[in-house]
Amino acid sequence: MTTLVKQGRIRVKRKTPGEVFECGVDADRTIATFAVRYLQHLDPSGQPVGPLPSFAEDAEVMTALYKSMVLTRTFDGRAISLQRTGQLGTYPSCLGQEAIGTGVASVMADDDVLLTTYREQAAHIWRGVTLEEIFQYWGGDERGSDFSGPRRDFPVCVTIAAHAVHAVGVASAMKLRHEPRVAVCVLGDGATSKGDFYEAVNLAGVWRLPVVFVINNNQWAISVPRHAQTAAETLAQKAIAGGFEGVQVDGNDIVAVRQAATDAIETARTGGGPGLIEALSYRMGDHTTADDAGRYRPKDEASNHQSKDPVARLRAFLDDRGWWSKEKEKTLIAKCKARVEEAKEAYLAIVPEETTAMFDHLYETLPPALAAQRNIAAGGDDE
Amino acid sequence: MSEITLLSALTLAMARAMEEDENVVILGQDVAVNGGVFRATEGLLERFGNERVLDTPLAETMIAGMAVGMAAEGLRPVAEFQFMGFSYPAIDQLLNHGGRLRNRSRGRLTCPLVFRTPMGAGIHAPEHHSDSTEVMFAHIPGLRVVIPSSPARAYGLLLASIRDPDPVVFLEPTRLYRALREDVADDGEALPLDTCFTLRQGSDVTLVTWGAMVKETLAAADSLEADGISAEVVDVATLKPLDTETILASVEKTGRLVIIHEAAKTGGFGGEIAAQVAEHGLLHLQAPIGRVCGYDVVPPLPKLEDAFLPSEARIVEAAESAVAFA
Ligand SMILES: Cc1ncc(C[n+]2csc(CCOP(=O)(O)OP(=O)(O)O)c2C)c(N)n1
Ligand SMILES: [Mg+2]
Repeated sequence: MTTLVKQGRIRVKRKTPGEVFECGVDADRTIATFAVRYLQHLDPSGQPVGPLPSFAEDAEVMTALYKSMVLTRTFDGRAISLQRTGQLGTYPSCLGQEAIGTGVASVMADDDVLLTTYREQAAHIWRGVTLEEIFQYWGGDERGSDFSGPRRDFPVCVTIAAHAVHAVGVASAMKLRHEPRVAVCVLGDGATSKGDFYEAVNLAGVWRLPVVFVINNNQWAISVPRHAQTAAETLAQKAIAGGFEGVQVDGNDIVAVRQAATDAIETARTGGGPGLIEALSYRMGDHTTADDAGRYRPKDEASNHQSKDPVARLRAFLDDRGWWSKEKEKTLIAKCKARVEEAKEAYLAIVPEETTAMFDHLYETLPPALAAQRNIAAGGDDE
Repeated sequence: MSEITLLSALTLAMARAMEEDENVVILGQDVAVNGGVFRATEGLLERFGNERVLDTPLAETMIAGMAVGMAAEGLRPVAEFQFMGFSYPAIDQLLNHGGRLRNRSRGRLTCPLVFRTPMGAGIHAPEHHSDSTEVMFAHIPGLRVVIPSSPARAYGLLLASIRDPDPVVFLEPTRLYRALREDVADDGEALPLDTCFTLRQGSDVTLVTWGAMVKETLAAADSLEADGISAEVVDVATLKPLDTETILASVEKTGRLVIIHEAAKTGGFGGEIAAQVAEHGLLHLQAPIGRVCGYDVVPPLPKLEDAFLPSEARIVEAAESAVAFA
């Protein structure tokens, strides 16, 4: 494991007007120093850069992670092609960022709560949201957010960073009830510029909440690059102002992501307070199927990142250990394709809801004031 | 029973709700140790402890969003915003999340929260402390917007709001906090939401209002009676969802309608009530619908505050011209 430490220093000059100016060395001194750890276990070619955590020596664990990442990627590609052929709505690809969602979700407990953006299909798939449900949601049907697996996880959050404040609420509820549960909030690099994020980080720190923020730093917020988002050297350091640790990890290295997530989630679960992980990755695709990254991104930028691909990296690691083979790969790809096709068929066969459904889940009981409108939606007469 | 202020009634209702349901938690700025800037949550910290009465950092988006998160996890957060003018970050959370969560998860996650905030002018407060922007909340699908106008209704409606399974914005007329006392039995009896309260029966004209303006409207009804005009006074109480039936039934009886609200006239909630009556009760009307409202201006600082608030005299005049019309 390599641990690079970026050092920061705050110098405070005491020169408030009216205050007697202090003389000597103490008048201008460093009163706090901060460090941000960087964590990587596998280099881009899948070679360990140091001793590995024990889970990485477990063939079963590592192949399970790989299988889930490949399933995610197969699903993602199919979703894009379905959108291109008019069978799915606008869809945000997670291509190249699978290690983040898979790694984080793989160390969450079933009754922890996941709150994510729209780009964490990898995490949802691991948590048991069905492929059919994900298709259904992006196909324009609210029932896709009625997750059959993780019943307490939030639907994806489209309003950037708003789920960061929900996460501290969820974590507060867990803490007040003394439950050993954790809220995990995955958000983008762009989201770290929003007040919602800062307000959430601040509360998480001061109340020592069982919440872990994971930043999928895919370098872009639609057309705005990471460097135009903030002058801060890292996004991880934003935790420091909240009074807790932020670490930066290689987000395309599933071993590093999973290890950082294990540490942060266990700390949070055992009363040690919140954590923040900045996972460095890259958005290999367009922002969504409605976007064309060619308008704002250097042509070769994405292809340069190809060599850091998280799926290929884990595959190389598995190959080296002798845990994987061409034969297994062939079988897995065929299985994933079959599962995705099955989900696609099931999704396309779903009968749309009655038009009145838009009324029926608005309140627990429909107020009489809405009865007339519901009647019109049902095809009744406009009175 | 004892004579208490509207503020004390709110405190009683919160204490009662906390007693009967351990999921009810209070949060906001200065609500715990200080008991809230108006003292609405006074004594709750001592009684229920610092895990259920929570002083938060100064961040309204976070307070609103945190309440959404807590509610989704099954708590019943009652969050205080110190003044309406500071509650607007909550609109983002209510519009995008609180009012939507049940619908977008098809009932899997729900949002039983209450946002309380003082509303309205008339207490000579600094800038931004006198807004009446209830219509902005009333436009949001999936919410309830509730405004009490007396200590008894404050008690009964707040209890109902906390027990309600959906998000409620509970707007408290600052001007009435300590202006009147009333017997309130702390009996845990809630009042119905989604229902207008007819506070006074009458036969010549219907005066529809809510919140602090109920006070001037009732006084106007007294003056009108002295002039031989019998005014019916309807306190809307729940703006959303609106009980149009009670208003229509009253208009059917009196044939005349004057709507009174402190909020700015244009786009105010009175316009919605007028539209409902025009749609469903036009033929009962014997005179044009009158509106006595705040002007479309920024609520002025205290020197001009009294001139801004709709007066009893303006209400009387509007009612008289409706009656004189035909
Ligand atoms: C509050 C808000 N502002 C703007 C948008 C429009 N929008 C959607 S995604 C996006 C970029 C988000 O970037 P980032 O947080 O880095 O996440 P990514 O899409 O890269 O995963 C923007 C601006 C939005 N959804 N919500
Ligand atoms: Mg991004």
